[in-house]
Amino acid sequence: MTSPILSIDRLTKTYGSGFKALNGVSLDIRDGEILALLGPNGAGKTTLISTICGIVQPTSGRVTVAGHDTVRDYKAARRLIGLVPQEIALEPFEKVITTVRFSRGLFGKPRDDAFIEKILRQLSLWDKRDARVRELSGGMKRRVLIAKALSHEPRVLFLDEPTAGVDVELRRDMWQVVEQLKADGVTIILTTHYLEEAEAIADRVGVINKGEILLIEETQALMKRMGQKEMRIELTEPVSEVPGVLSGYGLRLEAGGCRVVYTYDRQAERTGIGRLLRDMQDADLHVSDVETRQSSLEEIFVGLVAEDAGEARP
Amino acid sequence: MNLTAIAAIYRFEMGRTFRTIAQSIISPVLSTALYFIVFGTAIGSRIEQVEGVSYGAFIVPGLIMLTVLTQSLSNASFGIYFPKFIGTIYELLSAPASFLEITAGYVLAAATKALAIGLIILGTAFFFVDLTIAHPVWMLAFLVLTCLSFSLFGFIIGIWAQNFEQLQLIPLLAVTPLVFLGGAFYSITMLPPAWQTISLFNPVVYLISGFRWSFFGLADVALGWSVLAICGFTMACIAVIAWIFRTGWRLRS
Repeated sequence: MTSPILSIDRLTKTYGSGFKALNGVSLDIRDGEILALLGPNGAGKTTLISTICGIVQPTSGRVTVAGHDTVRDYKAARRLIGLVPQEIALEPFEKVITTVRFSRGLFGKPRDDAFIEKILRQLSLWDKRDARVRELSGGMKRRVLIAKALSHEPRVLFLDEPTAGVDVELRRDMWQVVEQLKADGVTIILTTHYLEEAEAIADRVGVINKGEILLIEETQALMKRMGQKEMRIELTEPVSEVPGVLSGYGLRLEAGGCRVVYTYDRQAERTGIGRLLRDMQDADLHVSDVETRQSSLEEIFVGLVAEDAGEARP
Repeated sequence: MNLTAIAAIYRFEMGRTFRTIAQSIISPVLSTALYFIVFGTAIGSRIEQVEGVSYGAFIVPGLIMLTVLTQSLSNASFGIYFPKFIGTIYELLSAPASFLEITAGYVLAAATKALAIGLIILGTAFFFVDLTIAHPVWMLAFLVLTCLSFSLFGFIIGIWAQNFEQLQLIPLLAVTPLVFLGGAFYSITMLPPAWQTISLFNPVVYLISGFRWSFFGLADVALGWSVLAICGFTMACIAVIAWIFRTGWRLRS
């Protein structure tokens, strides 16, 4: 495997109040991947990003970006990083293009109007380039934040809850932007509450809770490994209870006895579907419809966090 | 050295000045003109001369200092407080720029604006009084150093302030009285001996005295002390800012 673009080694952060926001986080991020960090509120997602970017001082541990230490060699490290914060923070009276140019200069890059135009066009902001920031909609402001973060051509982009509080349409727009950036070779680390988001765009998913990484895995592999499928079988006539001959299947009755739900492991050699349907026919249960669905990342995530909380309990 | 970052911050801050050019320039010039009318003409007609200089001319250095100090403080403190207030400070903290570069960008912009206003007021003064400048190079040096040192001080206030009240607190409660009691409108030799001694503890006395010397060759305190005071104040401010960025006080959690 090639060396990681970003390497986090036993990073801890304890705030002045004694709150331990990061508890020995170690994580390698590969060049060009999209990593989604999932976690409940207060899990340490934003602290992790802020510590890497230099906004929060780490208590211990080390972070390197393309081999540059973020504390000792901070200038070289930070030149490679772009940050889109969670809160919309922009100079309200500035023009869009001025604030984006400012960001490029601040990060030590000479003025390049052609490049700024390319970014603004990519983010559908070119027509708004001379508008004052305060005149823009919330979604447009978020795009300006992304444009600012990309203005100095970073190799690693942090998106801290990029779609928090935006409507569905804009969220899908944002996903397209992320896909485009990935195609351009930018490594993306995004935090999100929306598991659908991680599932849709991330190559890998990390789950963080109480300042610790609980799990980090390829999204697809995770879905396969932990994903269970459900088969919902609609009956033509309701039943009051599952017939005794079907007791070995662990069936669940729903919708007033009109639906039987069978949970199975898709990866298993034998799913048992065929046998179940035969046995149901033998038990005189008539099927009107069948539907299968995969458990979402959300269910996996809720399970993991609950497991973590359970372990912590004495 | 990330000179591009210094230039970016400087241009951005100067942009703010040009956007609000009317309030940036007209208001200090207008208030200074009012000082000339009230102090120079109304009161000056009764005092006539201070140590051989007409009262109208005598107050010019003090008036310039009053405006330059206030402007330097408010420009620099607002310059760094505003990003803190609206949250854009995240960008400064995550930028590949050292404390020296960030400070230089903000302080140079604040000092430039204060210097421009100081020079405009000096120009305005020629319309009201007969004025000769005995040591123009010294005059400019004092003006530039004052703009820089008080912009540095303002930068510290901007980082320290946690709300708009605190942002106004030091300029209103400390600096304005110190300037008024620092001999802006009189020579401290006009005070009773006890008050003269107390005045020597006021740092602004040294600034105004040195600045006035560059105009008229008259000084309340020896020139060397004035130079030492302003250089010492500048160094102290730089040391405090270096400490702030090293520890992250009020900037990084």
